Amino acid sequence: MLGNDTDDISAELQYPMTLVKDSATADVLTKIHAQVKARWKSGFSESSFRKILYFAGICVLVLLVAIFLSLVIASFPAIRHFGVGFLSGSTWDPVRGEFGALPFVVGTLIVSFLALVFSVFLSLPTSIFLGEYFTRGATCTFIKSMIELLAGVPSVIYGFCGLFLLTPLVRSLEVTLGVAPYGVGILTAALVLSVMIIPYSASIGREVINLVPADLKEAAFSLGATRFEVVRKVILPYARSGIFAGILLSLGRALGETMAVTMVIGNSNFIPTSIFTPSNSLASAIANEFTEATGRLYLSSLIELGLVLFVVTTVINVLGKVIVRRMGVEG
Amino acid sequence: MREFPVRKRILTDKLFKAIIVLLSFACILPMFFILFFITSKGISVINWNFLTQLPKPVGEAGGGIFNALVGTFMLIAVSTLLSVPMGVLAGIFLSEYRKGRLVYLVRLSIETLQGIPSIVIGIIAYVWIVVPVGSFSALSGGVALAMMMLPVIITVTEETLKLIPDSLREASLALGVSYPRTILKVVLLSGLSGILTGILLSVARVAGETAPLLFTAFGSPFMDFNILKPVNTLPLMIFNYATSPYPEWHRLAWGASFVLIVFVLGINLFTKLVTRRWKVQF
Amino acid sequence: MESTVLRIEYFSAFYGQTTVLKDIKLSIPQNKITAIMGPSGCGKTTLIRCVNRMHELNPEARVSGRIFLDGEDIYATDPIIVRRQIGMVFQKPNPFPTMSIYENVIAGYQLNGIHLSKEEKEKIVTESLRKAALWDEVKESLHRKGTFLSGGQQQRLCIARALAMQPEILLLDEPTSALDPKATSHIEELVAQLKNNVTIMLVTHNMAQAARVSDYTAFLYLGELIEFGSTGTIFTAPKDKKTEDYLTGKFG
Repeated sequence: MLGNDTDDISAELQYPMTLVKDSATADVLTKIHAQVKARWKSGFSESSFRKILYFAGICVLVLLVAIFLSLVIASFPAIRHFGVGFLSGSTWDPVRGEFGALPFVVGTLIVSFLALVFSVFLSLPTSIFLGEYFTRGATCTFIKSMIELLAGVPSVIYGFCGLFLLTPLVRSLEVTLGVAPYGVGILTAALVLSVMIIPYSASIGREVINLVPADLKEAAFSLGATRFEVVRKVILPYARSGIFAGILLSLGRALGETMAVTMVIGNSNFIPTSIFTPSNSLASAIANEFTEATGRLYLSSLIELGLVLFVVTTVINVLGKVIVRRMGVEG
Repeated sequence: MREFPVRKRILTDKLFKAIIVLLSFACILPMFFILFFITSKGISVINWNFLTQLPKPVGEAGGGIFNALVGTFMLIAVSTLLSVPMGVLAGIFLSEYRKGRLVYLVRLSIETLQGIPSIVIGIIAYVWIVVPVGSFSALSGGVALAMMMLPVIITVTEETLKLIPDSLREASLALGVSYPRTILKVVLLSGLSGILTGILLSVARVAGETAPLLFTAFGSPFMDFNILKPVNTLPLMIFNYATSPYPEWHRLAWGASFVLIVFVLGINLFTKLVTRRWKVQF
Repeated sequence: MESTVLRIEYFSAFYGQTTVLKDIKLSIPQNKITAIMGPSGCGKTTLIRCVNRMHELNPEARVSGRIFLDGEDIYATDPIIVRRQIGMVFQKPNPFPTMSIYENVIAGYQLNGIHLSKEEKEKIVTESLRKAALWDEVKESLHRKGTFLSGGQQQRLCIARALAMQPEILLLDEPTSALDPKATSHIEELVAQLKNNVTIMLVTHNMAQAARVSDYTAFLYLGELIEFGSTGTIFTAPKDKKTEDYLTGKFG
């Protein structure tokens, strides 16, 4: 009888409303009614609950501030010792107590930007593929799921595969080119990193491209434009800032990526001279040396590297999210 | 005005589409490579001994990943316990108080937290826990992972609860149910499936994390249920073995990678399938 | 002489600076159906939401004046106790989606942490579902989720849920506006019978429904009580010109 109103309701309505069937039920109902009216407070009061909620919110805020302050305080010895020259110092020599971060800054920048270029080369077409050509259906779901899986693979596994599968290939490339066959180095790290950051720019790019108003596209089509021309002249310009935001977010992710980069970048503390030389990024330097750091200056220098990472990634991520929100996309 | 011949434009269009399709599929090629290699190199390593034994010292053949498995679950337990209560409450806070200065600041904090590189979180856990306690520990690793899980849980809770219609709240309040009970017993319960999904997904994410554990949980060849002692996890083990010079350890690393990837991708798949069934109709 | 269950005295309600209800004076008789009718925005929903103190859930809401339930000032009592004595059924049926039909009916007790034995629960569920004319249709499936019912059945479930608390008054806020005509007539028949058990205040924008179902009618316009009397009198011989204009369709 569920799901349809029946016509037999009149039969139900014949049930005597004024009388309760038996006195036992009447007693029960009276007793319960008294309980309902009892002046009895249940458990939590509203104001304490609201205070707890506020407290939880404030804890999050406090956590972030505490993280930032801890980083600053813990890197203080290095900040005081090196000042601004920390970032421009080109020698990182723990033995002599010289800690200049420039090799890592350069390493990070080159690896990240190279990875960005490689990944955009693949993620932008994918965004167009998913946002304009195949917006629904089996193909779309398949590609989308695969991209999501890419984001789910742990970083150490990327590093492992990069180390054993990619480095031999890069090594033979280097032999062919006549450069020192390290195998590991900036190029390898950039290649591995580029695959890891594809999902971030691809998904945001897809959403902004999808959001391009249909009437703009139709206006172009009705003038006789081909799909390619509509993409080039209408969609991409319109979605430009959203795509840029996606790339920014990828960059933020690339800058902070640690394990995969650590495993294939070669661990050298000198300023890299070419993309085939080993290097270190800010994150990989910390990963490689933190547990061996002796002495306050050494440790606080490494922590200051972390502070630099924190500031840079925060700025880029917040910038990217602001742009995404302004375009009305749920990043 | 010179016009492009139509045929050329059509050819360009077709060429473009072909390139787009090619590059998009090329995009997912790495995924297949990774899965293929890990499976082919790792699956032969898996056997009962592998899963139940402790690692053997260098030079001895065999050995297993049991302590890494136990350690992974220990860390997941600690980080879930630390992050879920606070995360859910903060999520309720954001969904109940939609506007205001504090709400804006909290949202900003969550976005910032989410973007912090995992190794920096590791530094923080080192400074906050490892230094005072005096040794590496599962506790510090759990704290680091909890900080990574927190933003995800808060966001998922808020999004899930925002979807629950006000009419449910009103129905409960009209029955004379107090506000705290209405939120906890009616609203939260209705959103439970969404929140559980979010928790599962963030567990999948931290299960594969290595960087924040490098100097917190640190890793260990032994097995210890004491959370104030260092502990081994699957990703840590993979990192240590893969970067070692011993081929036998490389072999074990492939096996461990296989187990890890099955676990992580398994949870992702599971949540995708189950979410649909658990979803509450309004 | 009929006794009065609810006495509303010079009651006003505000949202921030806007006055929504102005000096309402009204007495609701026991075991009768009182319809509250009027054009959109006249304040009729606000009025009943003030009776069970739901209006004040909005942070900008303010009230002045007094409402007496069985002689007690409801604004001097804990709102939770007030709401437990007053039942409300909403425009759109809202059974709790995670609960079965059985659990929905006794939700008022469960959620409030009032402990009942198994027999007590069964008695309440059976009684309430019978009174809401839903028992025969669901007695085989009490443990299925409430959301599988049709709109009209869901609304009757909500009525059963409200009745289970044995309220002094049952407030119905346009209970049939989201239902099809057949379900609507079922609910109207049910409401007509329910008054033997409980006093009813029925808000409706459909004046024909008010004429069909109610014993007394109150006509509200722009937050003021224009006229109140027995339904027969109001509809055949309204005293105020505004009432007459509304009834003849000049506005609304």
